[in-house]
Amino acid sequence: MANPFTMKSWSPYIAGAGIGLLSWFAFATADHPIGVTTAFEHSAALAEKAVVPQVEQTNDYFANKKTEGKPPKISWEWMLVVGVFIGAIISSTLSGDRGAPVIPPLWRARFGDSALVRLAFAFGAGALMMFGARLAQGCTSGHGISGTLQLAVSSWVFILVAFGVATATAWAMYGKEGARHV
Amino acid sequence: MFDSPEKLALGLVTGIVFGFLLQKGRVAKFEVIVGQFLFKDWTVVKMMGTAVVVGAVGVYALVTADMASLHIRPALWAGVLLGAVCFGIGMAVFGYCPGTSIAACGEGRRDAMVGVLGMFAGASLYVALYEQIAPLTKSLGDWGKVTLPDVTGTSPWLWVTLLVAGGAAALLFDLVMRRGTPTISTGKPHRASAHQ
Repeated sequence: MANPFTMKSWSPYIAGAGIGLLSWFAFATADHPIGVTTAFEHSAALAEKAVVPQVEQTNDYFANKKTEGKPPKISWEWMLVVGVFIGAIISSTLSGDRGAPVIPPLWRARFGDSALVRLAFAFGAGALMMFGARLAQGCTSGHGISGTLQLAVSSWVFILVAFGVATATAWAMYGKEGARHV
Repeated sequence: MFDSPEKLALGLVTGIVFGFLLQKGRVAKFEVIVGQFLFKDWTVVKMMGTAVVVGAVGVYALVTADMASLHIRPALWAGVLLGAVCFGIGMAVFGYCPGTSIAACGEGRRDAMVGVLGMFAGASLYVALYEQIAPLTKSLGDWGKVTLPDVTGTSPWLWVTLLVAGGAAALLFDLVMRRGTPTISTGKPHRASAHQ
């Protein structure tokens, strides 16, 4: 049998079940749901405080988060984000699944050869996505997996609306013609 | 400023396993994420669905046994809905979600790296504009940290059972479809590479 660690891919059911089990582990050991974007918010808040120290007095964010018991800090979730990066390096190095082009082929087929255009849209879309995640207080991990498995009302509404909007956006961008390039 | 060293170590270990599974599950790839939204590749739905079904059983068991507590995000309607719209547009254009973009960086994808810088900019904007945003997120009401069992007055185990039954039915459907029409499944890139 092939070594699973050097395989380029696992069945989505196996990988998904692994993430489900990992949720048990996270709740049992740290009493914490898996999530990614709070760490970005906290890093941004700590950076803003480091650059402009008086922001702690002028921006209500810091006082509010303190009373909520969630002051920005280097936390379990912050280390989780670092771990995701390391885990993906290990997985892709073991299997040799690396070296994807800067411009994904589907994007290139629809929007052309400019790396600058692709990177500019990646930057802007990344910013919009994160801004949305913080408005809603969660992302595909925090709401889409951790929140829905806890049966949270906010999370089921968020993920259904977000994926519905993403589907409409993808069809508007690529259409039937583009879908053939996937 | 810092969680305890034990908690930081647990977070790191959990993250490494999470990143490993995201990469092996192929969701750290632009074409898989966008392929899902174009209905060409169902990896994202299969993986998330399995994670939610498996996770719900164990997490509710832990909560019932008083070994963990629920951590529900509030149903602040304006924040959730406006956030979901921004998130959906951003995710479709970027081609990664926050967790998978970090994993994509680990896989060496340059566009994901630039997008993660954008994500940091988006988070900075949120914090800087917090005083204007906080009242806006509350403008359509707040149901608080409620669950589906809470709002329907039912047992969480009813919902967990429904999730397990729905997941089992979907899995069975997928297996039957795959056996019936093998040409469709062998055409998918992840099937070809799974048996390399």
